Amino acid sequence: MKPVPFGYHAPTSLEQAVELKGQYGDEAKILAGGQSLVPAMNFRVVQPAVLIDLNRVPELAYIKHAGESALRIGAMTRERQLEFDPLIPLRAPLLAEAIPHVAHPQIRNRGTLGGSLVNADPAAELPVIMVALGARLKVRGSGGERWVGAQDFFLGMFSTDLAPEEILVEVELPPMPPRTGWSFIEVAPRHGDYALMGLAALVTLDAGGRIQNARLVYLNAGEGPVVADRAAQGLSGQAATETAIAEAAELAGREEIDPLGNIHATPEFQRHLAGVLTRRALQQATRRAQEAGQA
Amino acid sequence: MTELRSISVTVNERVYKREVEPRLLLADFLRHELGLTGTHVGCEHGVCGACTIMLEGEAVRSCLLFAIQADGLSLTTVEGLAESQDQLHPLQQAFWEAHGLQCGFCTPGILMTVIPFLERNPHPSEAEVRAAISGNLCRCTGYQHIVDAVLLAASQWAAPG
Repeated sequence: MKPVPFGYHAPTSLEQAVELKGQYGDEAKILAGGQSLVPAMNFRVVQPAVLIDLNRVPELAYIKHAGESALRIGAMTRERQLEFDPLIPLRAPLLAEAIPHVAHPQIRNRGTLGGSLVNADPAAELPVIMVALGARLKVRGSGGERWVGAQDFFLGMFSTDLAPEEILVEVELPPMPPRTGWSFIEVAPRHGDYALMGLAALVTLDAGGRIQNARLVYLNAGEGPVVADRAAQGLSGQAATETAIAEAAELAGREEIDPLGNIHATPEFQRHLAGVLTRRALQQATRRAQEAGQA
Repeated sequence: MTELRSISVTVNERVYKREVEPRLLLADFLRHELGLTGTHVGCEHGVCGACTIMLEGEAVRSCLLFAIQADGLSLTTVEGLAESQDQLHPLQQAFWEAHGLQCGFCTPGILMTVIPFLERNPHPSEAEVRAAISGNLCRCTGYQHIVDAVLLAASQWAAPG
């Protein structure tokens, strides 16, 4: 299949891009890495009248450390840059752990952070990572810019808070608190395929080594990144024992996620996977938090 | 009628100027406009990897790019690998020696995936090779001979350096 005809614009500055998006609104799709949009266009599932290609806007591709934030990442930063930039494992190790699971090398060479977030595929890794880390997203429209918390950005399946005339321009990651460990685990039929189930876990220990705070966010477990708040809250104030972790994993897998099932896995199997993976992720995150506390 | 746009693309060190519709996929541009049919088109939605080429030295899927996006850029296709008609590229030679192909449909995409991989990681483990080619489907066989070929190429690749 081939895409239907469309008008094509390749602005060379963010100003031009914002102006074009303001002009065309819903009629125009932003072309970032194109690794989800172009397949949909090839199938003619998506038929935008206009494409605004951001690949010639160099000011949107950067990874930097600035001010209070751990990292500021431009929306057009390619997944491959995230994979190889030395700042990522230092300042966002959870993101570093997840990136190799994002599709295949050829896809990561083109795919962008902003594109993956705006696409809001419930099976995608990067939205889950952003929600887990409490990222803030900067969007620009003709009326100016605003910030949205990652958790408020994802509204459902392939649906975000982005208005028709807005463009996602930057992602800001806050620093991880001290004594915090992380883990990202997923199960996929083959490396790089869509995962059947996966999660990001963060564990912060208090000075006495008890769990102060935990966070569990799942992919392919509902209509967007799914946060298991009750399981996480149940861990607060507890010693990170096998029993406590197993109870949290059981609760998250059984009650807090709502997997839809697909041809590779029934919802029951996805719940089972979630339970097993949650236990492993919490153990690994706790171990890393303990190591961070000793360092 | 969609308007045509002028583009200039460097393919295998040769500059091509053409008029294209914005919707023309880069894979179709290579095959139909330039006659470079070594780049194969399998699934047309970024799953099979047969259309993989190198854009500015990095492996990408040419079915997920529009030709107009390559305007002013430089790319390499499988036709650009061998130095001459009778001198295969070392990676091609390794595929020949290790029986790394049967029908050959997936081979150009795999070669173009593996070259930047070996440049970045000249001493890969078998697991790393399998992860590197995970985005390329071969329908003839298991992947064992392909993995063997890549490891053979790697052993020779690194030897001079």
